[in-house]
Amino acid sequence: MAVTSEASLELKNVNKNFVGVSALKDVSLKVFPGQVLCLLGDNGAGKSTLIKVLSGVHQPTTGELLVNGLKHQFSGPHEALQAGIATVHQTGGTVPLMSVGRNFFLGEEPTKGRGIFRRFDRRYAERVALEELRSLGITNVTDGGALVGGMSGGERQALSIARAMYFGAKVLILDEPTAALGVKEAAKVLHLIVKAQMRGVAVVFVTHNVHHALAVGDHFAVLIRGSMADEWSKGERTREQVLDLMAGGEAMGDLEDELREIRASGLAPQE
Amino acid sequence: MATTLETPRWKHLITKVTYRPEFSVFIGFVVIYIFFVVVSQPVFHTLNGTSTWFDPAAELGIVAIPVGLLMIAGEFDLSVGSVLAASSMFLAIWYGYWHLNVWLGIVICLAIGAATGLINGILVTRTKLPSFIVTLGTQLFLTGVTLGGSTLLTGSSSVDMTAPSAVKTLFSSSWKQFNVSVLWWAAIAILGHHVLTNTRMGNWITAIGGDIETANRAGVQTSKVRIGLFISTSMAAALVGIIQTVEYNGSQAANGQSYVFNAIIAAVVGGILLTGGFGTIFGVVFGALTYQVVTQGIYFTGWDTDWSNALIGGLLLVAVLANNWFRKATIARGVKKG
Repeated sequence: MAVTSEASLELKNVNKNFVGVSALKDVSLKVFPGQVLCLLGDNGAGKSTLIKVLSGVHQPTTGELLVNGLKHQFSGPHEALQAGIATVHQTGGTVPLMSVGRNFFLGEEPTKGRGIFRRFDRRYAERVALEELRSLGITNVTDGGALVGGMSGGERQALSIARAMYFGAKVLILDEPTAALGVKEAAKVLHLIVKAQMRGVAVVFVTHNVHHALAVGDHFAVLIRGSMADEWSKGERTREQVLDLMAGGEAMGDLEDELREIRASGLAPQE
Repeated sequence: MATTLETPRWKHLITKVTYRPEFSVFIGFVVIYIFFVVVSQPVFHTLNGTSTWFDPAAELGIVAIPVGLLMIAGEFDLSVGSVLAASSMFLAIWYGYWHLNVWLGIVICLAIGAATGLINGILVTRTKLPSFIVTLGTQLFLTGVTLGGSTLLTGSSSVDMTAPSAVKTLFSSSWKQFNVSVLWWAAIAILGHHVLTNTRMGNWITAIGGDIETANRAGVQTSKVRIGLFISTSMAAALVGIIQTVEYNGSQAANGQSYVFNAIIAAVVGGILLTGGFGTIFGVVFGALTYQVVTQGIYFTGWDTDWSNALIGGLLLVAVLANNWFRKATIARGVKKG
């Protein structure tokens, strides 16, 4: 299905340099409506920089960014948001000491009345927030006036994702949404990703968890030291191959040898 | 939804009221008030006795409400005391010493407040320095300017002024012992409550104090909102400066120095979270009342008043602990664990 339509978001030969340091080297990627693109990579591989380029925080040094096939240059994250590219960060995205309804509409508060009688429509905000959460399968939250601080990590991610989709996100960038969560909560987030996909949203799922990626991904890309190391579609690699690639393959073999030597030398005096 | 069927309506209502964050502040006020009624001479509860703590609570409250809003947005303002002094002294010199137009003088006083707030706000938002330090700087600067300026211009740090009757009506008329500042306070409290709970601005204020990064990403103009709040705290302080000059027929350069911290104490006793992001205006109203019951109440007990700060310190600690507990209870409400 994906091949026939235009890419929602595309990077063409993007390079990003920071004062002489090259953070991204010739990166190209595409994500289509209703597709989950998993972006894998170790810490420091350039995932954060890539997200910042996609979400308009950084501008590419060279190369192009295309939204629905049209070239774009964002001056900031707000412009990217207006173009339908929403980013949900691992931490934050919600304010713990504010209610579900108030969080959901932060910056886009619905109002009723006119002139000096214009006021925040709390009931409407709480009702819509609850409806949208429920449509993503979050039923634990029953009071739109409850504070977000009482919700679990997965529920908070759901609130951010529901909010992004409600305000018309066509591309959803999820930055390590499962990293800080337990198994159950992470499963909830994976459900959310599939639900967003079913609604035709293009999802960029950034993670270093191979199992989470393989569970929901349609297309995969691995970033190593700022370059695209490998790229494949669902089913083209086995779990073992991916794990090996992520761990650094040969580097892992060397490490195992080194550790064996350390153990051997540590045992020596007791013998 | 099911709970409304099972439990009677009034029980539901009680749960709702007691879970409100300002409820603990209200209970604290009632307990402390009753305590002083019991231990004081039998004049404390009379109308005259009440006015001795109610009037200062009104003046403190006028400043504490915008200070509370600013603290909800995660910032401090220590400069309110010196803005009060500067405004008070300026009006006394302008009208009492130079005999210029009193209304214009009042407008300039408010403009001094607005300008100080604007400078505080711009310094804090541009430099990203802690507002605690920035406003401490403005506080000291303006204190010096007020004392130095009044001595330079009038040769004295104390200037007399008798306001015309229309000005007196507006800023110091009274009913029995109660000053009109109570009405100013009520108006500002209603406005503050409306802004915080019923407007988009209120949502932004809470979000900025709760998590400024999230607020920024959601497109909230975090700098503009904070600058506006700094202007409101300084203008409220300028208003109290005007009220005090009119009320006490003159100004002393040392006026308002107690406001440096007591506006913050009133806000914290009133349930405002020191780190920002949480609080209510009703809480701040009762915070100011509680503070003044304690400071004024001790004079009615016959105890040595040297101890009053010890009492206020204890009150502050108890208030912070109680608020902390109630906030956790509020967070736990409305979401089932599972």
